[in-house]
Amino acid sequence: MDFYLTALLQGLCLSSMALGIYLSMTIFKIPDISTDGTYTLGGAVSGLLLSLQWSAPLLFPLVFLAGALAGACTGLIHTRLKINALLSGILVMTGLYSINLTVMGRSNIPLLQVQTLFDRFRLVDHPQLNSLIVLLLFTLLVLLAIGFLLKSDYGLAMRATGSSENMVRALGVNTDRVKVLGLASANALTASSGYLITQFQGFADINMGIGIVIVGLGSVIIAETFIQWLKIRSIWVILTLVCLGAIVFQLVLAFTLSLGIDPSLLKLTTACFVLLVVSLPRFNFFKKAYD
Amino acid sequence: MIELTNLSKTFNPGQPNAVRALNDVNLRILPKEFLILVGANGSGKSTLLNCIAGNIFSSKGEIRMDGRDVSHMPVYRRSAWVARVFQDPAQGSAANLSVLENFRLASLRTSKKGLRIGLTRSFADRVRDQVAALGMGLEQHLDQPMGTLSGGQRQALSLLMAVMDDIRILLLDEPTAALDPRSAEMVLKLADQLIREYSVTAMMVTHNLKEAHQYGSRIVQMDNGSVLRDISANGKANLTLNEMFDWFA
Repeated sequence: MDFYLTALLQGLCLSSMALGIYLSMTIFKIPDISTDGTYTLGGAVSGLLLSLQWSAPLLFPLVFLAGALAGACTGLIHTRLKINALLSGILVMTGLYSINLTVMGRSNIPLLQVQTLFDRFRLVDHPQLNSLIVLLLFTLLVLLAIGFLLKSDYGLAMRATGSSENMVRALGVNTDRVKVLGLASANALTASSGYLITQFQGFADINMGIGIVIVGLGSVIIAETFIQWLKIRSIWVILTLVCLGAIVFQLVLAFTLSLGIDPSLLKLTTACFVLLVVSLPRFNFFKKAYD
Repeated sequence: MIELTNLSKTFNPGQPNAVRALNDVNLRILPKEFLILVGANGSGKSTLLNCIAGNIFSSKGEIRMDGRDVSHMPVYRRSAWVARVFQDPAQGSAANLSVLENFRLASLRTSKKGLRIGLTRSFADRVRDQVAALGMGLEQHLDQPMGTLSGGQRQALSLLMAVMDDIRILLLDEPTAALDPRSAEMVLKLADQLIREYSVTAMMVTHNLKEAHQYGSRIVQMDNGSVLRDISANGKANLTLNEMFDWFA
């Protein structure tokens, strides 16, 4: 059971990133690949400053800012230099690898004698239950902030930019700026996930971000399946479903691991699982062939 | 109101496939005028409309609105004067946003979109009244995504969205090209009514000569990037449809 509780906690840690992917997906209609780099960047900055005995809540704004800056880079490369969004993300992700390594100074920072966010907020005695409460509160705050953003007038412009850029421009919005700010917010959220997971697992690692965009994408697609199926329109329910998608994703991974799959095959399993989720709507089990 | 001076546009200049789309166009569109722009394919009428909207920057010449030079202003800044209805209903409104959300964005065309929730109950009531006045029964569907409505409905709503905020210039880019004849008539009647009601300066590009004959206070025919004919109010009223067909013979 502990095994699944850990998966649930990891899912909560990754919820912020899933919300970030949801943002970039709605703005661009494609996933933002720089996620792989900004997630590690969040972890690297947290790992470095925590090992220097910074306080966990105090360093969070820096992590957030670092992520936003990286996202803004992707956005600027895409909008100013007119480079394909996918390629912009790959460029930033590649560059971030060196930056992360420089920030960390080595490939792994263990966090043994430091006070993490979970140590600082001791609400109950049971350590895992405490982590659960802290993570739930954190995710709730993020969800409220993003929900408010998307419901605001600016958020309407953001949501319309992905599908009807021409109209949004004709309505007086600089869509390039919307894209840059949107990607900055999305990557700030991703860095927040790196911040949480580093403290949750007790170390920052240069390779922690490899393939993480797929995890976020999978989470959003799981949510999207339900959103389409149940025809959900409420922003609050949609964002909650995205967070639940991240949790379900981790639970499914935990389940496959518990079946005895070699941990070195974990990324392959993740990729196959996302492939399955993505392709599910393509299989028409119930429709006749002549339809 | 809108002054075009020596406006020229060449696509791919200096290359073998260079196209001179606009050739020294001079045009003054007066306040409250409803100008109909006709012309064969490739005559430059769409380029002219896009230059005024700001989607295309002219190679030479000047565009003034209310006396202000807007030649180098991007689309999103010209929106302080200009509202546009697109040819494709899917372009003029956001399919994934609800009707109300579309109207909220449109109501902020000339102002800043800030971090506040402006979609209040009183705003919804205001939109409901205006949409109900269309008599299309769409006030029942305000919370529905725009994408679930038909082309004619979306085009009618786009027109209404255009007048949600202070409007001086309305650009209609073949607004009925994607519609069936009945919806087309409904949309044009609405456009005509709104243009009068809000004292708007309007310009419509169309390929439909019956529409061109029936609506508008002035008609301009473009050919090869230049103005070929320019007939204003009195002349246009006396114009017969057959005469217009002869222009294209």
